[in-house]
Amino acid sequence: MVRLKNIHKTYHNGSPLHVLKGIDMTIEEGEFVSIMGSSGSGKSTLLNIIGILDNYDEGEYRLGDTHILNLSEKRAAFFRNKMIGFVFQSFNLINFKSAVENVALPLYYQKISRKKRNLMAMEYLDRLGLKEWADHTPNELSGGEKQRIAIARAMITKPRVILADEPTGALDTTTSYEVMRLLQEINDEGVTIIIVTHETDISKMTNRVVRLRDGVIEEQNREQE
Amino acid sequence: MIDLDTWQEIFSIIHKNKLRTFLTGFSVAWGIFMLIILLGAGNGLKNGIFRNFEGSLINSMFIYGGRTTKPYKGMKEGRYIQLSNDDYREIKRNIPEVELISSLFNLPGQNYVAHDSRSVSFKIMTIFPDYQAIDKLKMLEGRFINNIDIREKRKVAAISPQVKKELFKHKDAIGEYIIVNGFLIRVVGVFEDDDNDDSDECIYLPITTAQLLYGGKKDISMLQLTIPSSSTKEAALDIEKRIRKQIGELHKFDPEDERAAHVSNSVEQTSEIMTVINAIRAFIWVIGIMTIVAGIVGVSNIMTIVVKERTKEIGIRKALGARPVSIIGMIMQEAVLITSISGFIGLLSGTVLLEFLRNKFPENRYFYNPEADIMIAVGATVLLITAGLLAGFFPARRAARIKPTVALRDE
Repeated sequence: MVRLKNIHKTYHNGSPLHVLKGIDMTIEEGEFVSIMGSSGSGKSTLLNIIGILDNYDEGEYRLGDTHILNLSEKRAAFFRNKMIGFVFQSFNLINFKSAVENVALPLYYQKISRKKRNLMAMEYLDRLGLKEWADHTPNELSGGEKQRIAIARAMITKPRVILADEPTGALDTTTSYEVMRLLQEINDEGVTIIIVTHETDISKMTNRVVRLRDGVIEEQNREQE
Repeated sequence: MIDLDTWQEIFSIIHKNKLRTFLTGFSVAWGIFMLIILLGAGNGLKNGIFRNFEGSLINSMFIYGGRTTKPYKGMKEGRYIQLSNDDYREIKRNIPEVELISSLFNLPGQNYVAHDSRSVSFKIMTIFPDYQAIDKLKMLEGRFINNIDIREKRKVAAISPQVKKELFKHKDAIGEYIIVNGFLIRVVGVFEDDDNDDSDECIYLPITTAQLLYGGKKDISMLQLTIPSSSTKEAALDIEKRIRKQIGELHKFDPEDERAAHVSNSVEQTSEIMTVINAIRAFIWVIGIMTIVAGIVGVSNIMTIVVKERTKEIGIRKALGARPVSIIGMIMQEAVLITSISGFIGLLSGTVLLEFLRNKFPENRYFYNPEADIMIAVGATVLLITAGLLAGFFPARRAARIKPTVALRDE
């Protein structure tokens, strides 16, 4: 599903910062992978490159059958919309939109009618037990509820990969476990899930742990179970 | 790009960001409102002045006979020049710029006008029909002296309301007879003079009648004429020179001899008033342009801030698959919608207020008929919308181009 070969990435903010120094990694369809590492290890950068939110300087990245290289913004938007669902540590919900509108937003960019996409969004909210919060705006909801709404939003386009950057970073332990259970359920349906975390107990709930240190892969544990 | 769903999305954004919408809209509405009020007030002032000086705005000339100061063609200096019907005829024939012309003949001595048992002294003016237009006399009843009166030397008169009041009290005057210096004259009209000069107590007779009855022969006291009000100062002075030459030929005096015939030319005065009016007009324009510039700056500022404020939202939308064009479109369409609606509101409220002012001060001396050119106002609105668009476009494009990771980091 995701094939990375010798990926390099350098940031040029002031002094050049070589964040990723040759990443080789393959993630098969249906895997549930966690990327671990201390802060500054490049794990978020790696996730952003996988999610086409950022570009890489060197190497080769294939998502499914597509070689992701110098995509136009339009093509990148297309892939993000169709192939990838995002879950962020800070939820990144749009504050002035209600829960159901937030969940339905990706479908707006697929030109699905308002009525239909709101109906679909309600289905997903129902599945995650959030139906009664549908008309609430994000700031009326708890962190766990917000993250579940974000997950519903990531699921609604039926993506093949869900990328989660510290999805439990802003949540307490109980809520974190609920969110992880939810992601596990989605993974059980065959969706590839890649999360970035620095919490060992969270990474233990995934099928495979990739450890990054200073921009290189330290360990790719394939037989974690 | 522009479909119902896009608009629904925009309406929901507007609905949920009322303060932002209000601030953007208010600056546009206020700009247009102020523009209309200022243009209207300026125009009211201009119209007021114009109306006050309307009478003086005609480029008119008065010509009197004088006394020669230079010998000419064997004739000595010090001759009196008496203008006559010939001067009237020749000027009318030879100076094409002359629009209206009338000669005037003053009856010598005291003039008594009588009706029934009443006898009062009035000023008697004897004129050609053109004089009505030259002096802007408005007929209240009947008619003014006409060309048939002139040709047939009819014994008719037009009188002012004051004369009518003194002689007739509240009775009808038209068709009645009055005695002017011993001759029976029929009243054919009552006129009113807008300018408050000395024609209040005045009687007008056909000049030909007066010359016949009161022994004026061909003599006239003066000539009064108008030239187009669009004439430049140079053109007016040139006409004056040719008139002088014409009279000089008839009376055999040196055209350079300025005191042989006095020509008083109102062009200096007229051009002064026109300068004032043009200054007001320029002032209105400067203020209008300043207001629009202020509006443009305001709208641009707000649009820049709006885009900045929405950077994170744009990042989220991009992560969810929004194409740059849809981001730009969303911001621009919102901007156009808000600016056009609020521009219209400003247009409407400004026009309503002007209309109110117009009805409130219908006859003010210095503030008359305030009006704003609706095309200018609409043009200004369009300009503001365009400015809002441009001001929104560049930041929106920048926001749509930045990497989602950067946009998402924005707080």
